[in-house]
Amino acid sequence: MNIWLNFLIDSLAFGATFIYGSTGEILTEKAGHLNLGIPGIMCMGGAGGCLILNLVGKSGLPPFLIVILGILGALVFSLLCGMIYSFLTVSLRANQNVTGLTLTTFGVGLSKVIVSKLDPTIYLVGPRKMYRWPFAARQDSLQLLGVLFFAAVIIALASSWILFHTKVGLHLRAVGENPGTADAVGINVTRYKYVATCVGSSIAGLGGFYYIIDYMASQEAYLSVEALGWLSIALVIFALWRPHMTIIGSTVFGILFSLGSYITNVSWIKVTMATTPLLKMLPYVVTILVLIVSSIRNKRENQPPASLGLSYFREER
Amino acid sequence: MEKQLALEMRGITKRFGNVVANRNVDLDLYRGEILAVLGENGCGKTTLMNMLAGIYFPDEGTIRINGKEVVIQSPKDAFAHGIGMIHQHFKLVDLFTAAENIVLGVHQEGRYNIREINAEVAKIADRYGFHLDPAKKVYNMSVSEKQTVEIIKVLYRGADILILDEPTAVLTPQEITRLFSVLRRMKEDGKSIIIITHKLNEVMEVSDRVAILRRGEHIATVNTKETDEARLTEMMVGKKVLLNIERLNPVNPVPRLEVKGLNLYSSEGVHVLKDITFSANGGEILGIAGIAGSGQRELLEAISGLQPLESGSIIFNNPKKDQPVTFYHKSLKRVKELGAQDAFHDRNMNPVSFAGMNNKAIRKWVDSGGVLFREDEVMNLRDKTPLEIRQLGVHLSFVPEDRLGMGLVGSMGITDNMMLRSYRKGPAGFLDRKKPKALAEEIIGDLEVVTPGVNTPVRRLSGGNVQKVLVGREIAYTPKVLMAAYPVRGLDINSSYTIYNLLNKQKARGVAVIFVGEDLDVLLELCDRILVMNNGAVSGIVDARTATKEEIGLLMTGTERKEEDHEQA
Repeated sequence: MNIWLNFLIDSLAFGATFIYGSTGEILTEKAGHLNLGIPGIMCMGGAGGCLILNLVGKSGLPPFLIVILGILGALVFSLLCGMIYSFLTVSLRANQNVTGLTLTTFGVGLSKVIVSKLDPTIYLVGPRKMYRWPFAARQDSLQLLGVLFFAAVIIALASSWILFHTKVGLHLRAVGENPGTADAVGINVTRYKYVATCVGSSIAGLGGFYYIIDYMASQEAYLSVEALGWLSIALVIFALWRPHMTIIGSTVFGILFSLGSYITNVSWIKVTMATTPLLKMLPYVVTILVLIVSSIRNKRENQPPASLGLSYFREER
Repeated sequence: MEKQLALEMRGITKRFGNVVANRNVDLDLYRGEILAVLGENGCGKTTLMNMLAGIYFPDEGTIRINGKEVVIQSPKDAFAHGIGMIHQHFKLVDLFTAAENIVLGVHQEGRYNIREINAEVAKIADRYGFHLDPAKKVYNMSVSEKQTVEIIKVLYRGADILILDEPTAVLTPQEITRLFSVLRRMKEDGKSIIIITHKLNEVMEVSDRVAILRRGEHIATVNTKETDEARLTEMMVGKKVLLNIERLNPVNPVPRLEVKGLNLYSSEGVHVLKDITFSANGGEILGIAGIAGSGQRELLEAISGLQPLESGSIIFNNPKKDQPVTFYHKSLKRVKELGAQDAFHDRNMNPVSFAGMNNKAIRKWVDSGGVLFREDEVMNLRDKTPLEIRQLGVHLSFVPEDRLGMGLVGSMGITDNMMLRSYRKGPAGFLDRKKPKALAEEIIGDLEVVTPGVNTPVRRLSGGNVQKVLVGREIAYTPKVLMAAYPVRGLDINSSYTIYNLLNKQKARGVAVIFVGEDLDVLLELCDRILVMNNGAVSGIVDARTATKEEIGLLMTGTERKEEDHEQA
């Protein structure tokens, strides 16, 4: 297969991690909550999945069931993190930035403890084949595009559809824009905030699981999940708070990340020891540029939800 | 046609702590009529209506809708009984379209289809003659369009009783005419409408009946056709109540502040101050009366240098001819500036020049009283910032309406709030905390401010104590002009009298006091002259010793809007 097609597919597969992370964050932000805990939640999702796979991996259950249990593990762990975050910020009205950052520190640390104690052989060989359906038998990079990749795309598209074409989405956006108004017309603001934050966290957690188990299939991979989590948050701005836009953004980020390993195939570019670190900088440089450009554009529709980061308290006028 | 009762309120009483907002109010509303609820600010109109909208719950009394007794505990209950209220402050999501705002929170069967909703909204709009594009975003809308969205939102939910809280306050005359024609269409459609207002001409124009409230009590309900503006005013303001506020006779008043032809447009382009001309004299209290939002706040802010003027001048007079210069109001820098402009002479009428003198020598000379003003000082404060006004040596004090938003910093203690006036003093780069602390303690002692200490955040103090701190600070600045906007609002009787006494003391000191008030009885007893504002213009300046409440009431509610209509016709 053409090396450049491989490159593109690899980028897509890598980018799916961001799709999960950013879609999760967008759902939370649309409810008016800036969840900076996403990196930690993604780590915890990955750790949860790995833990379950280790527990059931040798039990002799059918591989299909093991796969499902792994995903459930990731979902449950990240959901718990989401619930901690929503309880603190929605019910107790704690500062969202502080809560999120704390959650990240906590999640990253705990996931490292968990994953480093696990036996990596279990989840590296068996289940991975299952995630790679329907391309598992392929030898080229097409095998990277598995169920979880397509799930990411579907989740992003579905989230956009729900947000912009259903009543639930209308209500959720109203909660993030002006909770007072939403409350006055009888929308249960607290419930929307809780559900959006928890669902968003679960989606993000699945991203961490996908990256460790499926894309990298390596125990070491959990070390870089945190960085991907931060980039996912930056990508929310790139996607202008539209989940379907994260697919494009994630692909661009994926391309920039994979560029370093593919550029050696271009005969007229000489990659030396010095240029490799520069190439690795690219995604971050582009993030900064995107942040600058998207902050300059001033269209109302492209702004963050109006009450993002503010706690809602009915009696406060 | 037989008149059917849509709504009955019987014996409604509502208290907030010790304050009775509504006492034993009876109100009837028939199907297919427009009822105006008329009263002064703070007479309990909005409270009464909020009890129908489910925002407050009455302490006593019953509400019947279509003959059946109901309990309204939340806005949801109100909707369920077909009551919809359009508040003064719109509750809309800016980023959404009109239609999206209208369907928000409405639980309906079937799929969410914005096209169908748009069509439905357009249908309602057409039926009553509204002009509204359902797909227009709220942030692109004018105030009147937003109001339309709010009204349709209520109609979409199937309301039969509509309550509009001062709907015309934010509209232009043409928009008001359009709103009234829509209201008449709704009335013909069998809806019952309550409109809260204090504008008499609108009451006469649109309503079928008028209910008058005064100090929380229902005075009367009359048929609009059988009454006139003078009689309504009389019922609205009531008989004069004696308050026994001390009023000193002004001691040789001198014109201190002369405002001429002031015009101001708000950031939305509304003409908020129209050709305002008046003068405030030293040693006199000038009251400003008017319905809330007639331009009082803007006028005071314009004088303080907080509003960019369209035209006009604000002249500050300092009649100091042949009087010694002091550092009391002028800084050394300013004295030197004036000296260079040849503004002074010495005791022997020789021109004063500070050339070649060091600061110490100048200070000594001025302190000895040997430097005199050549002429009366006349300064135009227009287009000057508050800091520039201060640097000119003009001591202007302003007690704003929004005490904790504009006057004081809520999270800081009394000392720190004192320093807002003096932060520029003190040795280079450092703050002088001693004098502000002494001042804070002085104010606490003199004005009997109840506070745990000088460093307690002022936000935690009660309204009256907050006001004492603010007024105390402004008076300590030894003003030449003291402007106070609603200084007794929300204060109990004792605190109110403390404030009146402080204003009287300043008057005796020769300060030009400008007092914006809402209680006509207070204005009539405290002030020397009363300037009445109506719709951004001065509708009259009366002598407070001879004027009557009715006279002022009519000036406040005058029929200016009709004149404007003629101009446009």
